[in-house]
Amino acid sequence: MSEDVYILGTDMIKFGRFPDRSVPSLGAEAALLALDDANLTIQDMEAVCCGNLGQAAAMVGQRILQEIGQTGVPVVNCANACATGATAFREAWMGIKAGLYDLVLAVGVEQMGRGLLGGAGGAKGIPKEGLLGSQTMPAVFAEAGMEHSRKYGTTFEQFAKVSVKNHHHSTHNPKAMYQIETPLETVMNAEMIAYPNTKLMCSVNVDGAAAAILASEKKARELGMGRAVRVKASVLTSDPWQERDLVMPDVNSCTRLAAKTAYEMAGVGPEDVDLVELHDCFATAEILHYENLGLCGEGEAGRMIDEGESAHGGRIPVNVSGGLLSKGHPLGATGIANIYEISTHLRGEAGARQVEGARIGLTHVIGLGSACAIHVLEKAS
Amino acid sequence: MKEQSEETPQGPLPVVDFLKIPEDGDPYLEGFRCTSCDAVYLADRAACSKCGARDTLKTTRLSTQGNLYVYSIVHRSFPGIEVPYVSAIVDLEGGGTLKGNLINIEPDPEKIEMGMPIEVVFGDALGRVDRDGNTYLSYFFQPRG
Ligand SMILES: [Zn+2]
Repeated sequence: MSEDVYILGTDMIKFGRFPDRSVPSLGAEAALLALDDANLTIQDMEAVCCGNLGQAAAMVGQRILQEIGQTGVPVVNCANACATGATAFREAWMGIKAGLYDLVLAVGVEQMGRGLLGGAGGAKGIPKEGLLGSQTMPAVFAEAGMEHSRKYGTTFEQFAKVSVKNHHHSTHNPKAMYQIETPLETVMNAEMIAYPNTKLMCSVNVDGAAAAILASEKKARELGMGRAVRVKASVLTSDPWQERDLVMPDVNSCTRLAAKTAYEMAGVGPEDVDLVELHDCFATAEILHYENLGLCGEGEAGRMIDEGESAHGGRIPVNVSGGLLSKGHPLGATGIANIYEISTHLRGEAGARQVEGARIGLTHVIGLGSACAIHVLEKAS
Repeated sequence: MKEQSEETPQGPLPVVDFLKIPEDGDPYLEGFRCTSCDAVYLADRAACSKCGARDTLKTTRLSTQGNLYVYSIVHRSFPGIEVPYVSAIVDLEGGGTLKGNLINIEPDPEKIEMGMPIEVVFGDALGRVDRDGNTYLSYFFQPRG
């Protein structure tokens, strides 16, 4: 295989609600932070890969350059549901891997409305919501969680513990949307949205942006490996056929396929991973991914959350940033924000939430059950 | 009262294309089955998404008997949608999986058992009409006796 690709700079803006800002201005802020972190300028970038969903047809990448420097380099705009940011990062990785560029900027940005995600039904005929079941995201992921309950007896309380953990984690993350403790009773007694997901078990819709500067091995050596992070694996999958695809987005198959491929590409196994940022769009989803990513054996995810193995200080800390549940989930930014989080730990710069001695980390995002992106990152020096 | 449009509202119309309402006889669900790999779909497609075979999808009448696979009890939905309701995924005997409302059961996790026998029934689409005033026939799931 050809030479490795490195992250030389990465950052994110504090996630929140910025109704008075524009999408390009949020993206520009993150891009400048990442450039500063790498001690580079926009003039050094040979290409830009931008991820955004809400304005997928509106050339967000080019509009970001209008705010920070129109250098004439190639710009691609990616949309891949909640895997959008990770897909943009991977496009940058591919450009370097192919030998076309030595330095590429990847940026993900999203400005979200409030309220429920999901289809309200087409204009034709009559609304199908609440008539032919539910297409709301909380219900779709509730059903995915109930599949785990059906197989292994996973309980409402175990799902709720995921939110307790991730909200606790974000109390140490100043860039997270929330820094509040949510005890188990609070989570379980919060408004029920779609059983077994209560309001505190649904990710928060926030605005946000994150960016990363990717470099070839040659360039990374030239500029210094001191704080560099090696991209050990970059994998994207779509959903292999499953018999219930018609009515049930399947977040499991595409994750399992991506995990297997990523571990092979990185030459490591789940036992080598020191921390994970995975796609906890709903508390039910996190439980599924413990097994999908091989962090525990089949049917052991309930025990894993009960015994605190995925908490900070546990066997394999998951979502120490607070995750999508508490840090927030600005769709197009999420994939790169995960990469920022892992990189920050590998660099030993995560402050109060630092996972001590972290050398290898994994990021995972899912786009509507039909796209999965996994990156395995390693401390370079 | 709104003026009646020129055209008389029709009904009931099928809520989805795979619900068939014969002129004489009972409504039924019709899917497509791949003659090569036996996968079942609710709509035709260019080729079988399981095995990739072309020209192998043939219409097939779906069973009204099945079992509850999984569910969620929906307490918050889009504006104007009455809650709570049970969103259910049902595996039909002989192939095919459907999503729909599970009715005639309490929306309570204590009362709903995954794997329970279910039957598909047909009825008016909860009074919903389209902008031309047409009424619709929908399918629902209910516990099997
Ligand atoms: Zn087939």
